[in-house]
Amino acid sequence: MATSNAVLSMSKILKPIWGGRLVTTAKVFGATVTSHREKSTAPPPAKYGGRHTVTLIPGDGIGPELLSHVRELFRFSCVPVDFEVVNVSSSTEDDINNAITAIRRNGVALKGNIETLHTLPASHKSRNNLLRTSLDLYANVMHCKSLPGVQTRHNNIDIIIIRENTEGEYSSLEHESVSGVVECLKIITRTNSLRIAEYAFKLAREKGRKRVTAVHKANIMKLGDGLFLQCCREVAAGYPDITFDAMIVDNTTMQLVSKPQQFDVMVMPNLYGNVVSNVCAGLVGGPGLVPGANYGQNYAVFETATRNTGKSIANRNIANPTAMLLASCMMLDHLRLYDYATMIRNAVLTTMNETQLHTADIGGQGTTSEVVQAIMRNIQSKGPLTSEL
Amino acid sequence: MAAALRGILVTLAKGLNGTSPQWQQLAARPLSTTTRLGGPEAPPARADTTFKVTMVPGDGVGPELMTAVKDVFKAGDVPVEFEEFHLSEVQHMDSDEKLEEVLTSMKTNRVAMKGKINTPMEFKGELSSFEMKIRRRLDLFANVVHVNSLPGYSTRHNNLDLVIIREQTEGEYSSLEHESVPGVIECLKIITREKSRRIAKFAFDYATKNGRKKVTAVHKANIMKLADGLFLNCCAEVAELYPKIQYQNIIIDNCCMQLVQNPYQFDVLVMPNLYGNIIDNLAAGLVGGAGVVPGESYSSEYAVFETGARHPFAQAVGRNIANPTAMLLSAANMLHHLNLEYHSNMVSDAVRRVIKQGKVRTRDLGGYSTTGDLVQAVVGNLRHRPMS
Repeated sequence: MATSNAVLSMSKILKPIWGGRLVTTAKVFGATVTSHREKSTAPPPAKYGGRHTVTLIPGDGIGPELLSHVRELFRFSCVPVDFEVVNVSSSTEDDINNAITAIRRNGVALKGNIETLHTLPASHKSRNNLLRTSLDLYANVMHCKSLPGVQTRHNNIDIIIIRENTEGEYSSLEHESVSGVVECLKIITRTNSLRIAEYAFKLAREKGRKRVTAVHKANIMKLGDGLFLQCCREVAAGYPDITFDAMIVDNTTMQLVSKPQQFDVMVMPNLYGNVVSNVCAGLVGGPGLVPGANYGQNYAVFETATRNTGKSIANRNIANPTAMLLASCMMLDHLRLYDYATMIRNAVLTTMNETQLHTADIGGQGTTSEVVQAIMRNIQSKGPLTSEL
Repeated sequence: MAAALRGILVTLAKGLNGTSPQWQQLAARPLSTTTRLGGPEAPPARADTTFKVTMVPGDGVGPELMTAVKDVFKAGDVPVEFEEFHLSEVQHMDSDEKLEEVLTSMKTNRVAMKGKINTPMEFKGELSSFEMKIRRRLDLFANVVHVNSLPGYSTRHNNLDLVIIREQTEGEYSSLEHESVPGVIECLKIITREKSRRIAKFAFDYATKNGRKKVTAVHKANIMKLADGLFLNCCAEVAELYPKIQYQNIIIDNCCMQLVQNPYQFDVLVMPNLYGNIIDNLAAGLVGGAGVVPGESYSSEYAVFETGARHPFAQAVGRNIANPTAMLLSAANMLHHLNLEYHSNMVSDAVRRVIKQGKVRTRDLGGYSTTGDLVQAVVGNLRHRPMS
């Protein structure tokens, strides 16, 4: 009780300061971002005659091959989606700006990860991060669910992870105040924290979930994470049907690997989200299985949940296509093409669970194209008629 | 899911009875993921089932053209089934129930083929025609006419390739006319920001999707400073989202002159309703007239395929002289829209081949052949494969 009061009063004191900080962030991003908040007058999405146009960013590593499988599968399944391919290399600034305008035009994108070399100078921002902040894609959502066909240490995991995607440690604000001392700023704002908490509770209610867990480190970062926690509590008050609790990030990871079934929906700031989502993906079978989505007010970008580039297995036809295919299904859901999404998702899961055709990462012998072909065969033999769609 | 369909090969084989062995080889459907990279595109999944398409033949030669389409589709085993409706304002078939029926069918099938429904000129108490009603009810805001010279048929300008995009739900076609005092009629031209932005974005999206380089907005903002000015502003605003596509504007009168003098300078043209109507016809005339240019109309949900220059051509009814080229190319575009890539190419290639050979030509292209002759020639070319 005493602590929560303390947090409350502190957040009150801090309000004007945070207000000031918000302006600075906007200024820093100002070079590439016209406004931190997207205007609500976004142009209508590119949908004509029932066909959608989606921006496709192949990215690096295994991205191009996985996305070519997605295109092939879409063509095969008569999905009314056309792709506008935008190649982004991490060398020039132009490319990523093109990609961002392309998403502004189409509203939706499917992307592979773009490689970020940490040997590059500090002025070089991660292209992936730039894309998310420019489009204000604040909510990263992934759904980790155990697949019956995949051997893992834990079973019956069903966790939805919601990660704040635009601020926190990923502010790209680092400087050397005196030589030998580097400050890296972690930004937590009330607006963004409220927004992500609201999103999490809304999603939990929509999906019929019972519990939302906020992950934080407010025992150390009393103000930053304290504000986040406070915002979550405020939003939770509006959702009496959903239980709210908070857990410290270190304990969370321990609990996750020992007893992951206790979690339902989790909401957290940026960096913890990064760590926790990777732990969870590992629990259900690895980076090749879990799809992820980034939602903003006007735009949505779909990719694999753990955003791996997979450079070491690129072009060897051994990458697991499941995550990218499921991400494309999430995209179809977002476009309200539910029938197509269900058809492809069922085929992917059947191939995974019943046919037991697995790629090497989950202990199988299959190649990427073999898996995709098995999925196509499944759609061909079991899929609904076009007239039913 | 209950009607799950198994054994596509069986069905495919059924459709192949009596065709040449060469064709059967092509039909063997590879599951390989590399089909995209080369070779003929295989029919898509579940092509064993049929796509339903609404068909409104309309007036004049419309029914004849639709028969041509049906004949070609039948010969090509195209998996499309037509739901036919006869709707006309001049043949006493104009009831509102009939219109509702057509609209319901269009809404379920999402794709339609349409001939021109003739609009009588005299005023009988109703300002908006069936054509306009269909467009408004389905919100078919964008009309696309791709004016492309047909190789083999030489006109004053050859190798033309331009796209005309027309807003067709507002502007001068608002059906808002009244006599304020006797002898004074006001006809309202409506331009709205929302619809102007929408058509501008459509034009740029079309250009992006089809690898076009330039979009030109056509207007008369020097006279209609507010209305056409708004349209122009919206176009300029949307153009900012497309840095790779060049944007310019031109006044309608100058545009017409430029089109007949040097049409090659244009790529994609976007314009309000009435200008679009004029430019559509002008540009169709550049490459051979109403009989050879296909057109299509889009809303966000529905697509209607028709001829580029919409005329009933009533004087040719029953004379078997109408040119079915435009409608056949439009049908090919429809197949493309339905993801039936393979069949689409089959039909459009056959039509182009017949035109290029130049042996069978209808009167409008300076030949002596009948509509039926041309359809027969197209059918004969459907499965033509160059031996390589």
